[in-house]
Amino acid sequence: MNQHANANGGTEPLLELRDVTRSFAVKSGLFGPTLQLQAVRGVNLSVHRGDVLALVGESGCGKTTLARMLMGVLPPTEGEILYRGQSISKSPLAERSRHIQAVFQDPYSSLNPRKTIGSIVSLPLRVHRQGGAASIREETLRMMDMVGLPARFFDSYPNQLSGGQRQRVAIARALILKPEIVICDEPTSALDVSVQSQILNLLTDLRRELNLTYVLISHNLGVIEHMATEVAVMYLGRIVEKAPGTALFSQPRHPYTDALLSSVITPDPDLGIPTIDLGVSFPNALSPPSGCAFHPRCARALDRCQRIAPPVTHDSKGTVECHLLDVAP
Amino acid sequence: MADAPFVSVSGLDIDLEVPGGRLHAVRDSSFDIALGETLCIVGESGSGKSMTALGLMGLLPSNAHRSARRLRVGNHDLLSLNRREMADLMGREMAMIFQEPMTSLNPCYTVGNQMSEMLIRHLRMGRRPALTLARDWLDRVGIPPTAGRLDQYPHQLSGGLRQRVMIAMMLMCSPKLIIADEPTTALDVTIQAQILHLLAGLQRELGITMIFITHDLGVVSRIADRVAVMYAGQIVEMGRTREILRDPQHPYTRGLLECVPAPGKTRPGAHLGTIPGTVPSLVGQLSGCGFAGRCPHAAVGCRGEIPALTVRADGRQVRCLFTPDALWSAA
Repeated sequence: MNQHANANGGTEPLLELRDVTRSFAVKSGLFGPTLQLQAVRGVNLSVHRGDVLALVGESGCGKTTLARMLMGVLPPTEGEILYRGQSISKSPLAERSRHIQAVFQDPYSSLNPRKTIGSIVSLPLRVHRQGGAASIREETLRMMDMVGLPARFFDSYPNQLSGGQRQRVAIARALILKPEIVICDEPTSALDVSVQSQILNLLTDLRRELNLTYVLISHNLGVIEHMATEVAVMYLGRIVEKAPGTALFSQPRHPYTDALLSSVITPDPDLGIPTIDLGVSFPNALSPPSGCAFHPRCARALDRCQRIAPPVTHDSKGTVECHLLDVAP
Repeated sequence: MADAPFVSVSGLDIDLEVPGGRLHAVRDSSFDIALGETLCIVGESGSGKSMTALGLMGLLPSNAHRSARRLRVGNHDLLSLNRREMADLMGREMAMIFQEPMTSLNPCYTVGNQMSEMLIRHLRMGRRPALTLARDWLDRVGIPPTAGRLDQYPHQLSGGLRQRVMIAMMLMCSPKLIIADEPTTALDVTIQAQILHLLAGLQRELGITMIFITHDLGVVSRIADRVAVMYAGQIVEMGRTREILRDPQHPYTRGLLECVPAPGKTRPGAHLGTIPGTVPSLVGQLSGCGFAGRCPHAAVGCRGEIPALTVRADGRQVRCLFTPDALWSAA
């Protein structure tokens, strides 16, 4: 099983995916046949304690499906997901939610508008019957303070709060059970730049104080570079490259990673609009291209990329799925 | 003046009637744009950037009041036009590209139908030549004519393709002014770069003047000739792109630039700059500098009168009582 060995000196991963596949049945047209859409295709991945693992990729690449499986709300079709070596599909939901929590993209729709902030933040404690009313209230206020929400918001409703404050509520709710892993699905995408930086700083501080592990999903590569210790690049349901953040950003090895990084537009008036030869469209996930799924858009595609699925290369620098690694650059 | 600006806006005010009173969405906004130039209006949500665009196009919601000293595009005085005349101008002289092409394309009609409609309405073309021209335009925006796209419905296209259709549609009648409101915000980064290329290329080729609205300082830096930074309904700083990004003079512009993670410099565990506090309410009587409540340099004078937009030595306009020397050399 050396395929699942990791770079972090053999410590057991906190969360591990083994050959995980998830497919959905899709109807093609009103009377058409039912097709299988493989949103995630045979993914192996491990998350270690203290990591900030970022999942990057274009829309439709399967990153949200993968995250939902990690949360345990969506079972994999094949393969298994292990939390501390135990399959999470076998552990009860209540047990799982104590250790793995989530923060979602839209703080406007993820909070119940008819509940007070105090009630929203304390709900996990009440569900898990942790302590009496007085201690729950005390713990809730402590958590609110920790995420920078003043105690006067305890009896407020979500519509009285700004977007940034609502996202703080969502973070407080996720952290109140003292989970080990927090899945952050586009946590700042709905926020303005000045609020985004506040939330990212908060996540950074909380990680340090509470020794948290994050799985971060974002389409904003600036945010990823700022936050991630490990980055996994997804393309059409596969992880095509995984490497430590600094290495991936300075030396991308997969041509898709390269294209993604060069498409990032930073505030630099000396640079023009980047040129990317990725072609016009993302392939249809219902009939993924043969061989390497990326070959129709790859400028350096070889003959064999069309026919043969690329091998997975594990080495000291990370994991890459590409034929070009065998070819001298 | 030898060269009259192509777009000239002076003293634009837009108020909205809301339950609590009057919301001053745009306050005393003035800018000129030369022919073929790109002006970026940048700001956060609620800063009034989209309202400025809608005000210029005459597309404001019914609870809005618009007033201005001057609102001119080419030879047209927009203030004196009625709805019909404005509708004639729209699409032909000036066109708008919105953020989400799914909501601006009609889901019930084919792409070809919607595209030819523009030509039939504005250029009085026949159906057949209109469809031929529509096909040519799709090719020009990078959609191969072989794919039968003209017979497809908007939902059959990806987000990037829809935005290309939208751009083709808006450029077909050769407008002289394009207002693009966050045209790439809903798209993936890889597609964003392609769409920006397309827009910038066609703009240069056709000599179009562009107002580009965005919250993304990265996009601003790559396509704008000049930038207007809006905050709380006002332009707080305006000038050439390079100067604004390299040497911001308004504390808000400076704060905003510090909030963006800079690739190569940023690393996990580090802190980003923040702008504490929240945007002030724009309802009712307003006084002082809109940014005073969040500005680390705010002084007593900032809460008195509303600061004027003053022109500095390099032609930059800044709405701040202090010069950058007074603000950040002391720190």
